[in-house]
Amino acid sequence: MSTISRSEVAHLARLARLDVTEEELDSFAGQLDVILQSMQSLRGVNTENVRPTSHAVPLTNVYRDDVVVPSLDRDRVLAGAPDAAEDRFRVPRILSEEE
Amino acid sequence: MNEAITNKTAAELAEAIRSGEHSAREVTQAFLDRIDALDGTIGAFLHVNHAGALATADEVDRAREAGEELGPLAGVPIAVKDIFCTQDMPTTAASKILEGWVPPYDSTIVQRIRAAKMPILGKTNMDEFAMGSSTEYSAYQLTRNPWDTHRIPGGSGGGSSAAVAARLAPLATGTDTGGSIRQPGAVTGTFGAKPTYGGTSRYGLIAFSSSLDTPGPVSRNTLDGALLHEVMGGHDPRDSTSIDQPVPPVVEAARTGANGDLSGVTLGVVKEFASGDTQGAEEGVLAAYRAGVATLEKLGAKIVEVSCPNFLHALPTYYLIAPSECSSNLARYDGVRYGVRVGDDGERSLEEVMSTTREAGFGPEVKRRIMLGTYALSAGYVDQFYGQAQKVRTLITQDFQTAFAKVDALISPTTPFIAFEFGARTSDPYQMYLSDLYTIPTNLYGGPAVSVPCGLSEGMPVGLQVMGPTMGDEITYQVAAALESTQGTLLADTAPELTAEGK
Repeated sequence: MSTISRSEVAHLARLARLDVTEEELDSFAGQLDVILQSMQSLRGVNTENVRPTSHAVPLTNVYRDDVVVPSLDRDRVLAGAPDAAEDRFRVPRILSEEE
Repeated sequence: MNEAITNKTAAELAEAIRSGEHSAREVTQAFLDRIDALDGTIGAFLHVNHAGALATADEVDRAREAGEELGPLAGVPIAVKDIFCTQDMPTTAASKILEGWVPPYDSTIVQRIRAAKMPILGKTNMDEFAMGSSTEYSAYQLTRNPWDTHRIPGGSGGGSSAAVAARLAPLATGTDTGGSIRQPGAVTGTFGAKPTYGGTSRYGLIAFSSSLDTPGPVSRNTLDGALLHEVMGGHDPRDSTSIDQPVPPVVEAARTGANGDLSGVTLGVVKEFASGDTQGAEEGVLAAYRAGVATLEKLGAKIVEVSCPNFLHALPTYYLIAPSECSSNLARYDGVRYGVRVGDDGERSLEEVMSTTREAGFGPEVKRRIMLGTYALSAGYVDQFYGQAQKVRTLITQDFQTAFAKVDALISPTTPFIAFEFGARTSDPYQMYLSDLYTIPTNLYGGPAVSVPCGLSEGMPVGLQVMGPTMGDEITYQVAAALESTQGTLLADTAPELTAEGK
């Protein structure tokens, strides 16, 4: 039985902000199905009372002294942006004219 | 081409520069000349840094003439995987979405390489965002295996390993998330090490899967790898996952191992890897591996069988955890602050521009993994998939800990098969994922592991993997160096000669 449908893949693509083509939907649906089916084996592993591991090393917050230091050079940062205006990142319009 | 220089190991080059036999400029120029002559055949480099590399070499020569003490690898050139941020060179992670991007800062690893006065030859090709096992998912070019240019160089660090195997660079950096240093090492006949997670800084590394990504060295032999490991390693306060302990004494261990005496060392063979459950490991690979095990035994190592039952769950566990983390990490490629933007015509909304940018900028494997991760983290499935995988990760870690109570290190083949021909596994992603069958458990656990050549199958290199306990990297180097000491001339030195036309 299929674990993931074509329409679910289309929904995932929207969630992931990927404007996938119809052809990609077909191929991804088949491939993701094979991969997810292979992962079903994990459901049979007894993990009762097992704590999850999120990281291989224990993580603790690292704080640094509250000292003012120069930030990255603004011009260098903006030089890598797709578009900039007035020393800021320029992004596509979010609100329409009326809002 | 000056092969008298490019045939030398990194340790030999460092000594030649220190003694004045060669200037650092001569050495760097020799590798740049070889890149210019042969990289058209290999395709290892995405960017070659002629002027920058020579400028560093000149600094070394001036320092030497001034009588300054030089670091252990001063003047020895290095190639850097294109996943490390470099403020004077483009950094793309082999993705179209970062085409032409020059970072505003250096990664910690690159800072350390610069501090060690190692000339950076350029940036090496890789699978896009380090996702793949063949370097065929690079958005820019194919990298060819120097042993047979019809075959893949492994992945994701195929560019780095091919550069070292083809003697276009004596050393290179890699990153290993599920085997991306060790697997290319195995299939190109080079040495590759995944240090303990947290032993090398991830600051300024383009993130794929943050709980797994580990920078490490790629080299012709174990000692060279150890020398580079000591340059790269050590605590970094800018990385909260960095371990605040001294770098394990890997250079000393590589020198000890080179004596070829492993008496007192107990090595575990993983029963589950040796069984019929190895999912199609090639007989030639297993034969070369068994010969390697026999050699280790002759050197005095005690070989015992250990059981790590949960290793058989490592592949699905990894392919839930890594895509989940990648779907989160790659959300930053939204066409706002860096990289490319597609579809910003004044008509489309911000969300539409993001979707068209990501569709145009990402390749097929990256999209597959983003969607897989989005699925595994989505409401209704998160406990069943991602949550369960994190618990199985704990069980895999416990298997390692149980094993290391009995043995000093575990050994296995590095890969189930030799380098395959281009296109052989791209149509079936799961077949590609099997490349990392033996390497993935270590990433989930976080310990160190190396791949060292152990023989040939069908004329192609085979690697033996040595896995050690957390922050016990030295045992992996000791065992690898011991095995290497029995092989006389290194396998990398028996690779076919290259011409500009290819093999």
